Amino acid sequence: MDTYDAYQAITDVTEDQRWAFGAGFDDPLSGIDTTIPDGVSADDLAAYCEMLGDDALLMSHRLQQWVGHAPELEEEAALANIALDLLGQARFLLARAGTVDGSGRTEDDYAFLRGPAQFRHVRLVEIVDNDFGLAMARLLVFSTWRLAVLDRLRVSRDPVLAAIADKGVKEMTYHRDYAAQWVIRLGDGTEFSHQRVQAGLDHVAPFVGELFTDSDVETRLAAAGVGVRPSETHAEFDAALDAVLSAATLGCPAWSASGGATRTAGHRDTLTRLLAELQSVARAHPGATW
Amino acid sequence: MTAASIDARARAIAEAVPDPELPQLTVADLGILRAVTVTGRHAVVTITPTYTGCPALEVIRSELRRRLADAGFDDVEVRTSLSPAWTSDWITEEGRQKLGAAGIVPPHAAPVRSAGPVPLTLMRSAPTEPCPRCASPDTARQSVFGATACRALYRCTSCGEPFEYLKEI
Repeated sequence: MDTYDAYQAITDVTEDQRWAFGAGFDDPLSGIDTTIPDGVSADDLAAYCEMLGDDALLMSHRLQQWVGHAPELEEEAALANIALDLLGQARFLLARAGTVDGSGRTEDDYAFLRGPAQFRHVRLVEIVDNDFGLAMARLLVFSTWRLAVLDRLRVSRDPVLAAIADKGVKEMTYHRDYAAQWVIRLGDGTEFSHQRVQAGLDHVAPFVGELFTDSDVETRLAAAGVGVRPSETHAEFDAALDAVLSAATLGCPAWSASGGATRTAGHRDTLTRLLAELQSVARAHPGATW
Repeated sequence: MTAASIDARARAIAEAVPDPELPQLTVADLGILRAVTVTGRHAVVTITPTYTGCPALEVIRSELRRRLADAGFDDVEVRTSLSPAWTSDWITEEGRQKLGAAGIVPPHAAPVRSAGPVPLTLMRSAPTEPCPRCASPDTARQSVFGATACRALYRCTSCGEPFEYLKEI
């Protein structure tokens, strides 16, 4: 094999510059058939890709914030890897949104140039997690829910969503296992660790109802065989959480009831602060490369 | 050259591109090179990511374009394929031998999905992997994740050597 330098390889092709922020590559869907299935509203499909993409993007960001702060180096490696998987899912989904709605917006445009009012995530992913017990409780809830949604999305009539989901299911499976094993270790650990992770579960409980509230977009796309109504995943979620929490000797909190607005009522202060960090370089130096 | 030999030449060039994160292995060894076709001067190479967020993919694309351009294929298109999703079962026999030679334990067969919801694997004990250096069975998993999502970190308790294990997926 000849001598090989990955950094050389990416810089000596003239059209690729090094990037200052973001992916720097704006065509992750290269060569993938991106036609829209018959009978599907482009606006709905774009909105749906944004929803799923924003959940992954912001959850990834919260996990990335643990790098440098996790209790052990091994957990930092784990959290960074999980964050990277979710960032990958976000890239494909946001790039898909930009091709579907005809705007031509790139994944970086979505991540770095939208304001707080334009994000469509569930509030669960934006809350601050400055406690490891809370971080594991949130990751368990998030990955259990998203795994159930993506598993159903594998048979979507939209081939891009189906492909992203097929790949994502494998990843969400080990994300959930990782979080579940920590929740059990902490819950069935010392009195102190038990209290911490129980407090984490109680903290995320008010954000769980929104996960299973069907939005109009999800309902319409589910009827068209393209999307998933998240309410359909509630029983599977409950069964998985019951199994983990009983092994962890933890009490299952009263999840907030479904109903009400979904994906519209972000906590503006929390999200604004999150985006201020996520977008600061991109906004200070638009389009920067070096 | 005949069309078949031009195809074979493009394929051989593409197959030799190393994975930037496991440079001992080529994209063919890892099973991420899915197809190479040449029509006239137009070469189309299809690759699939091991993991959705794999940052190596763009480096591999650049390297495919560069090497094929150097060989005279001046119209090269690199396509991404997401489905069917990559599985570690696609790592070739030669790839497994190269992993072993690099001190990385190759993956076992990927788990087969049964009907119904994806099962939880609670409290699953870490797979025991013999040390690739001294073959001792007394090894311990240090971390489920390593430098990349696909690798776990182990340590041999007999010879003390750390090693990696490429996880099946």
